[in-house]
Amino acid sequence: MSDSCAIKLVQVWTRFGDKLIHQDINLCLPHGEILGLVGASGCGKTTLLRELIGLQQPSQGDIYVMGQSLLNAADYKRQLRTNCGMLFQKGALFSALSVFENIAFPLRELGFNETKLITRLVLMKLESVGLSQQDARLKPADLSGGMIKRVALARALILEPSLLLLDEPTAGLDPIASQDFVNLLSNLHQELAFTVVMVTHDLDILRDLCTQIAVLADRHLVAYGTLAEVMNGEHPFIAQFFHNQRAKRVFQ
Amino acid sequence: MLLSSAPLIELIHLDNGLYCAHLSGTWTVRTLVDQATINQQISQYLTKPNLSWDMRSVTALDSVGTLLLWQAWGECLPTSLQLKPEHRPRFARWQTQVIDDISAPHTLSYARLSQGLQLVMAGVVAQLVAFFILLGQLVLDSFYVVRYPNRMPWAEISRAIYDAGVRALGITALVGFLIGIVLSYLSALQLKMFGAEIYIINILGLSIIRELGPLLAAILVAGRSGSAMTAQIGIMRVTEELDALSAMGISHSLRLVLPKVFALAVAMPLLSVWTSSMALCGGMFSAQDTLDINYQQFFQRLPDAVPLSNVLIGLGKSMVFGLVIALVACYYGFRIQPNTVSLGNQTTNSVVAAITLVIMIDAVFAILFMNTGMP
Ligand SMILES: Nc1ncnc2c1ncn2[C@@H]1O[C@H](COP(=O)(O)OP(=O)(O)OP(=O)(O)O)[C@@H](O)[C@H]1O
Ligand SMILES: [Mg+2]
Repeated sequence: MSDSCAIKLVQVWTRFGDKLIHQDINLCLPHGEILGLVGASGCGKTTLLRELIGLQQPSQGDIYVMGQSLLNAADYKRQLRTNCGMLFQKGALFSALSVFENIAFPLRELGFNETKLITRLVLMKLESVGLSQQDARLKPADLSGGMIKRVALARALILEPSLLLLDEPTAGLDPIASQDFVNLLSNLHQELAFTVVMVTHDLDILRDLCTQIAVLADRHLVAYGTLAEVMNGEHPFIAQFFHNQRAKRVFQ
Repeated sequence: MLLSSAPLIELIHLDNGLYCAHLSGTWTVRTLVDQATINQQISQYLTKPNLSWDMRSVTALDSVGTLLLWQAWGECLPTSLQLKPEHRPRFARWQTQVIDDISAPHTLSYARLSQGLQLVMAGVVAQLVAFFILLGQLVLDSFYVVRYPNRMPWAEISRAIYDAGVRALGITALVGFLIGIVLSYLSALQLKMFGAEIYIINILGLSIIRELGPLLAAILVAGRSGSAMTAQIGIMRVTEELDALSAMGISHSLRLVLPKVFALAVAMPLLSVWTSSMALCGGMFSAQDTLDINYQQFFQRLPDAVPLSNVLIGLGKSMVFGLVIALVACYYGFRIQPNTVSLGNQTTNSVVAAITLVIMIDAVFAILFMNTGMP
């Protein structure tokens, strides 16, 4: 049953101390879909992503990723993480390593050590996220915010994972770059058929890229489905988010 | 779902006498980690003339898989190759890839060596200059707060005194007490031989109050608070808090350096008195045990054995130690680059430099006050 879902959340509750973040979240995301996770700031989107890769445990409930529960499954989590690319909200690049070494890191950890192979792969990924080969020498501290996002994306993609978790991948990118990102991801998606969960507030991306949309509000999953389905939701947050002037213009 | 089949390659002898390399399984980054045997097989098969390649049974093929084959084929597609239509475009990216030389030049020559030496010298000079700039800024800030006393960052100062002073009471007491016991015990053994037991008080009093107390306290504080101060400033650089302060027009030296220096200059003498007292307690305790010198005797003789000027020298020294430790900590803190390696290096440097300087200053004090305070 759970095998048909790439990601399945079963009655997930999350608390930080007394603070309730998620209340009874249930969701099944089929393989190969691109899920856009939408919600107000601070409603627990990043927390949900962290739970999906096992960096954090829900207080209650169970999470199945690629058909297996993450509950008390240290071995599976380790195996999952080489199959899973994560782009953190702030990039989370290794500050002591150059851009090149940052992107090569997962490859080396996996066991690759042939310099030529690694170089070609890394430079290919670097170009595919829109950076030049000369940028490979820079240190993360010398990058702009948008470049950090791109490098982090390249690092998340280097192992061509079957599950990609992206936390606000286009926040801080200019509109052209975020259009590039949409093209890049949809090309890759066609080629590699991975499942994507991405937190985003970008209406264009929700429209052009996401095949499924989940809306978190008031601790609940208030809507889940295609864009059209979600837009028919009743919740006030949906009204604010999907039916304001700007959204109307985008979705026309 | 996560499991995938291994990449396979086998040589098939076709009916027409030719050979065909038949590939199957998943050719992806995770299955190709250990590619030594695959590479070997490929290069072995490549020696066959008119070899054809059949990749139609390959279930998954990603960039690593294509790159591996591309390199093995000598950067071109073999003339007779059969593969799934969706896999073909993936070789194109390797065909078009141009690799710039991104490695830094590695040449060793006399010119480079001398250039390196010059850089080192310039670095040393620049460090000294930077240190004196920090010191000068501190002096200016001191004048500033004397003129505008309400700008004194009292909250930071009290916090720093608490962190560096109050919270160090436990460890300095323990170390002081133990050193007192050890020193007293070792001296007692020697003094017993000469029947000069009572001089244990002179030995302990002078050495602890004048030397060991201040030095021990300073070394502990340098390791404990000096490193913490360096790391704190370093993290502020990494998280851009330093820039945020500057952007708000708040002086780094006034808000970060002055409170630390002031706090340690106040806390260090107090800590050294505390450490000395604990060490004397330890010594007293051990002296009673080994030499039968009771506490009353100890207290009576101590003022005669140790002239007051020794206490003052100890206090003065401690204050200088405090100043130097805080200054060095801040100096290295501001040198931290926004990355983790630099953070670790500079924190180490800070502690090493602070302890070295403390000991050097101690030696200077010993020379300056050679004839002062001896009974
Ligand atoms: N380690 C933690 N301890 C306590 N509370 C936490 C912790 N991590 C997150 N929170 C709280 O959980 C809530 C959700 O945080 P989260 O980072 O998931 O928000 P978000 O939806 O990603 O917001 P944003 O869109 O601003 O990134 C916030 O209210 C936050 O204060
Ligand atoms: Mg977030």
